[in-house]
Amino acid sequence: MSTGTLALKKRAPVRPARILLHLFLAGAALAWLAPLAWAILAALRPYAETSEKGYVSWPDSLSFDNFTNAFTQSDMSHYFVNTMIIAVPAVLLTLFLSSMVAFYVSRFDFRLNLALLLVFTAGNLLPQQVIITPLYRMYLLIDIPGITMSGKLYDSALGLVLIHVAFQSGFCAFVLSNYMRTLPHELTEAALVDGASVWRQYWQIVLPLCRPAMAALATLLSIWIYNDFFWALVLISTGENMPITSALNNLSGAYFTDPNLVAAGALLTAIPTLIVYFVLQRQFVSGLTLGANKG
Amino acid sequence: MTTQTTKETREAATVPPPGAAPANKVPQGHRRLLTRRDRLALGLMAGLPTILHIALVWVTALASVALAFTTWDGIGFDSIKWVGLENFKQLFNDNPQFWPAVQHNVVWFVVLIVIPTPLGLFLAVQLDKRIRFSRVYQTAFFLPVVLSMAVIGFVWQLVYNPDTGLINSLIGANEPGKYIDWIGDPDLNLWAILVAASWRHTGYMMILYLAGLKGVDPSLREASALDGANEWQTFKNVIFPTLRPTNTVVLVVTIIEALRAFDLVFVFNKGAQGTELLSILVTNNIIGESSRIGYGSAIAVVLLLISLVVIIPYLIATFRKERRA
Repeated sequence: MSTGTLALKKRAPVRPARILLHLFLAGAALAWLAPLAWAILAALRPYAETSEKGYVSWPDSLSFDNFTNAFTQSDMSHYFVNTMIIAVPAVLLTLFLSSMVAFYVSRFDFRLNLALLLVFTAGNLLPQQVIITPLYRMYLLIDIPGITMSGKLYDSALGLVLIHVAFQSGFCAFVLSNYMRTLPHELTEAALVDGASVWRQYWQIVLPLCRPAMAALATLLSIWIYNDFFWALVLISTGENMPITSALNNLSGAYFTDPNLVAAGALLTAIPTLIVYFVLQRQFVSGLTLGANKG
Repeated sequence: MTTQTTKETREAATVPPPGAAPANKVPQGHRRLLTRRDRLALGLMAGLPTILHIALVWVTALASVALAFTTWDGIGFDSIKWVGLENFKQLFNDNPQFWPAVQHNVVWFVVLIVIPTPLGLFLAVQLDKRIRFSRVYQTAFFLPVVLSMAVIGFVWQLVYNPDTGLINSLIGANEPGKYIDWIGDPDLNLWAILVAASWRHTGYMMILYLAGLKGVDPSLREASALDGANEWQTFKNVIFPTLRPTNTVVLVVTIIEALRAFDLVFVFNKGAQGTELLSILVTNNIIGESSRIGYGSAIAVVLLLISLVVIIPYLIATFRKERRA
């Protein structure tokens, strides 16, 4: 019996089955990366060369020219800034607002709080298209003079921030309330007896303890909001105001005759998310499973 | 301290039967200790986010339902006219795109649940064997999940391009007369897009299952090994049944992804000829030339009803567990 346990704890010895498994996994992983590799290869080659020799051919020259051209010709830095103007406030506000809801729901036993959490969670599960038509009309009706060029919530960064916050706070409220529920009640009780206000309990006691969950959610949210395509497509009309993903759509329309340039543009768009992922891999994955394994 | 005690007694007096001994319930004790300012703070803390969420998500969802029974050109509120079920009748009987769209949404779900989901599970099981380079493999399979759907659309367009794409170049179909138009051919394009969608979904499912597998009690595996079960038997009879919560999540996530599918199709060919989806039809009513709000809302209501069939049972199950916990 004990030998069986020991054998399981040691790393398995090199067996033919293991080697086969490695071969399979390595092959599958390479196949998985092939579409990206293809895009990278195309982006590194000048269009003139590939149109002459075909795309499956030995490259004569590799350069970053397509990347620099895509970046400068289409004014990508401007669109990156647009995305930041939307994503940074949206992530921070979502975390702030949803943590307050989660605090309320998880630390106080009011009658309606389960229903409240249900409303938030269900809202996040709806397809965006269910709400877009009235939302679009509403955004056209709401005037906010002075803040945006359009003078309306429509076609403004503020409008996008609001819908991101409203939509994503459903998911975050659910995850954070689950997390806060695991914190011992004695913590806030002691503070309560000492006369700490509700706000102080939230800000100075509960929130600092939620740092791991907040970090995971922040990583997840920044990637989601950065990657958003739909809200920006419908709620932004001026090219100037577009975030990077929908601007890329315009770029590919304008330069469809040069796939290499479009490939470079698409890859440039993906770089920030790849950096976030590689640097904060652990947070990202734990955030995903924190929320998804809620069942 | 004294002020709090007086508050406590005053609050306690409003609770009718003192014999019910609410003191045992800790959370209710909290409530009685709250000052008026605390209550105001709590109200604001929960109220502001709730108002924002309800106004932008639920009020609009309900407005969709209401507008589905009207016609409206969007110019002025007085042009809103009640038409009853007219929009739905038109949608079900006269719209040549509606039933194909429903069908494509169903196909989308079936493909995702039949191919990438088991594949993700299979990869997760292999990677869970404490194998060397596990991280490297994981990253390769997971990378597409980090990319935006729009970027995935662009990358796969490069692969599918009839002239310059990877596939046609490899099989020699990139010459005039031999072209396979993966994106333009209505019999092929949905499947071509689903390959791209599956590419992403596999990594997503793999991560969910990996997390699920980490939660499996190692002693179960040992017991099964001691009983002489082989790898497949152990998986089928011991591991898979313990993954039930993960399976539920996977099912819900996959259905919702199939209903939400939009970006990939929009980037590929804007949902024309062969790739119609409900989400695309709704969006076309907003960004297209024709703005038929009532009609677009009717499609949104169909989407809403299908979603609720999934969301409601899932939430009931989840929250029932929560209440017990």
